[in-house]
Amino acid sequence: MSGGAREGGSDVRALSGRPVEELTLEAVRRGEIGLEDLRIHPETLEWQASVAEQHANPQLAENLRRAAELTRLDDEEVLAIYAALRPGRATPGELNALAGSLAERGLPRCAALVAEAAEVYARRGLSA
Amino acid sequence: MTAEHSAAGGRPVGRIRFMDAQRVNLDGFAVEDASLGLVAMRSPHDPEPGLVIRDGRVTELDGVPEDRFDSLDSYIARHGLDLTVAEEAMGLPDVEFARRLVNPDVPRSEIVRLSAGATPAKLARVLALLRPAELCQAMTKMRARRTPSNQAHVTNRLDDPLLLAADAATAAAFGFREVETTVPVLADAPSNAVACLIGAAAAAQGVLIQCSVEEALELELGMRGLTSYAETISLYGTEQVFTDGDDTPWSKAFLTSAYASRGLKMRVSSGAGAEVLMAGAEGKSMVYLESRCVALARAIGAQGVQNGGIDGASVAAAVPLGLRELMSENLMVMMRNLESCSGNDALMSESDMRRTSRTLPIVLAGSDFMFSGFGSIQRYDNMFGPSNFNAEDIDDFLAMQRDWGVDGGLRTVPADRIAELRREAAQLCRAVYQHLGLADFSDDHVERAVDAAGSKDLGETDTLAVVSAAQAIRDGGITVVDVVAALDETGYEAAADRILAMTAQRLAGDYLQTSAIFDERLGVLSLVTDPNDYAGPGTGFEPSAERQAEIDAIRQARGVEDLRAEQATAAVPLLAAVPGGGNGAGRVPAPGEDPREVVIGVSPAVGRDVWRCLSGLTVPEVLAELLAGLEEEGCTGRVVRFNDTVDLGRIGLAAARLAGSGIGIGLQGKGTALIHRRDLAPLANLELYSVAPAVTPELYRLLGANAARHAKGGTPDPARNPYNDEAIEARYHTTVIALMALERAWVKPGALPEELALDGLR
Repeated sequence: MSGGAREGGSDVRALSGRPVEELTLEAVRRGEIGLEDLRIHPETLEWQASVAEQHANPQLAENLRRAAELTRLDDEEVLAIYAALRPGRATPGELNALAGSLAERGLPRCAALVAEAAEVYARRGLSA
Repeated sequence: MTAEHSAAGGRPVGRIRFMDAQRVNLDGFAVEDASLGLVAMRSPHDPEPGLVIRDGRVTELDGVPEDRFDSLDSYIARHGLDLTVAEEAMGLPDVEFARRLVNPDVPRSEIVRLSAGATPAKLARVLALLRPAELCQAMTKMRARRTPSNQAHVTNRLDDPLLLAADAATAAAFGFREVETTVPVLADAPSNAVACLIGAAAAAQGVLIQCSVEEALELELGMRGLTSYAETISLYGTEQVFTDGDDTPWSKAFLTSAYASRGLKMRVSSGAGAEVLMAGAEGKSMVYLESRCVALARAIGAQGVQNGGIDGASVAAAVPLGLRELMSENLMVMMRNLESCSGNDALMSESDMRRTSRTLPIVLAGSDFMFSGFGSIQRYDNMFGPSNFNAEDIDDFLAMQRDWGVDGGLRTVPADRIAELRREAAQLCRAVYQHLGLADFSDDHVERAVDAAGSKDLGETDTLAVVSAAQAIRDGGITVVDVVAALDETGYEAAADRILAMTAQRLAGDYLQTSAIFDERLGVLSLVTDPNDYAGPGTGFEPSAERQAEIDAIRQARGVEDLRAEQATAAVPLLAAVPGGGNGAGRVPAPGEDPREVVIGVSPAVGRDVWRCLSGLTVPEVLAELLAGLEEEGCTGRVVRFNDTVDLGRIGLAAARLAGSGIGIGLQGKGTALIHRRDLAPLANLELYSVAPAVTPELYRLLGANAARHAKGGTPDPARNPYNDEAIEARYHTTVIALMALERAWVKPGALPEELALDGLR
């Protein structure tokens, strides 16, 4: 559990694909390391989700699986979706459109979260 | 009280005025008022626990039917409960649930299983049944991580980066595994994050860093790798207050995933009082509202919760059972299988006793984090507001750990090591700021930051430079990689390596699991790798021998050898035995014949190992005063060392029997003194100066003069023992024990007394 080989034989690597062993000062000196090399890989999050599930926390597992999806979005878009989910920011239509777009792009769990928000916000007066 | 007294027509009596003036009376105490939410454990408006499930869907939650669910109910009902265990959990009588919670034979996993099916109202009812000692017992069993830990606040009034770095290094050295900073000036946030990141890495590997600011900026700092966790993602117990906080359960759930998607640890924050302060408690008890927050925390997939009042701790503390409520909040987090960061981070009373009473049970029981911010800096520098414990209290806390033999996560660090680490941290921070073109700091500034006990010791600083450095970090897109490169290029490779290794841990994600911290070798301790296995006495967490030694070895502890060395510094050559005869080295004194002669008997180690009294006076100084007192009244004195006893009564009596006048003075090396007469019983005496630490030169002179008056058959001038209100015994008993050990080592049964030379005393 210390960041080495995982169950199923997958090694830890960054979102960029760079293996964790290559995160060295030498690589920094060569100017090779960017933020992409410090970002967690979705497969790692999936694996951590399965660990959370085995430790009696399916909600944490679900969160980590949503997070795995979000690794595919850039920071600005993540912040923009968060902003849209704050109360009174988006109309139910806008939220549903966002959910649709996320679903289309292969983020079904995030899409479901946004779609559920659209429904409840409309009922509770939390939409724009 | 004031009204009562004025009604009686006069000011209160002195006893009441005295009590009114005590610091505890600066605290606010509220009359319980359920309509305002000023009620800790049970309000008449709290719902009856209840859960109706139809076709795998919750259709009623704690008495509210689905069509009337507010957004919190909706989220909890859809995501927060394990419906496969709900019927069993809800059907379990509250008392039975509470007993299982406390019983060490029922494993933690069983309580976690049951709690997953319990509604907020159900858990609130169960917790209301626990008495304080039962809360401790349950917490010992229920916390997720076996090894307890602690978190520090590191902030200052000026957002001074060098002081932040030095203080983060100090906090890391003391053993804190999380450092939380924040800002008085929002724009400074990126600079504070960088300074704490560098400072903590200078002192220890694996310290998690947080910069608590507005949600979006905090996430941005984390994405850049400048911080490694977040905890101020607030949840509230009513929909209205939640919405006023500009969030919903869905936005918070999304934010939780956003942090995880960047490999960042996060926990949410809630706690009693927040709803009351916003007049939004809807008449519910604090424990019930918090139970909704914690159910929601689990539902949105957060791994942990910071609660236990937090900003509202003093609101809970103002009502009856308030402290039980605060501790119950932490416990319900543990029951929901989440990490508990257990509050104690806001000064909840002006009374040292009340604030200690609030914190102690949690330290004794042990928590994932006993404080969600122990103020590692001085109160005035804490930009979260003073914590319940602060830099003023670090030594108190270290002593408390040692007193109870519990691991509160802190350790003693030698003074010179602290100086070294502070200097290194400040220098590293300066080098990075300079290298990245953020700011230039002078040598003098570094020196001031190293030595400063707080920002008031820094003198005038350029606060605009901090704002512009922060702006440059933000606008220039500075990331942790830039910080690592800057450290490396300025010659601080070890620190660069540490930060890089820590950052690489994001890729593995092991620290996203519940209750994760790093040890100092970057090993992850969490619910997964270090699960709490408490099952009664002889099980669960016990500090390792090495850790126990760290807890025990506070820097104030002294042994006999320390004292012997200290005593030797006051040694003088003029208090030696007069040579000749006897079975010791010195001359055996003959009985005196002069009726004006008084003998001063001293204890065996005087002039050998013991040279300084508890009062700080040296033994020769005391003898000089005694002799001067005798002379003032026309008497003479001889000093004789008795080698067969440490008992002051026997020494005084033996001295009296040698004296021509029949009057003796007994003096122990620690400074306790008495006047004796040859015909009295050993334990009787004429005058006793028992409070050795407080005896002054004037009193010793008076003792000498009074001994002379007894010798002449005159009237002594009665001396009063200098009693005061200090904890004299706490201060001196350990020294007394060591001094008496030194005395005892010189005792030889049957050894004869010997006269001491007085050259140089007169």
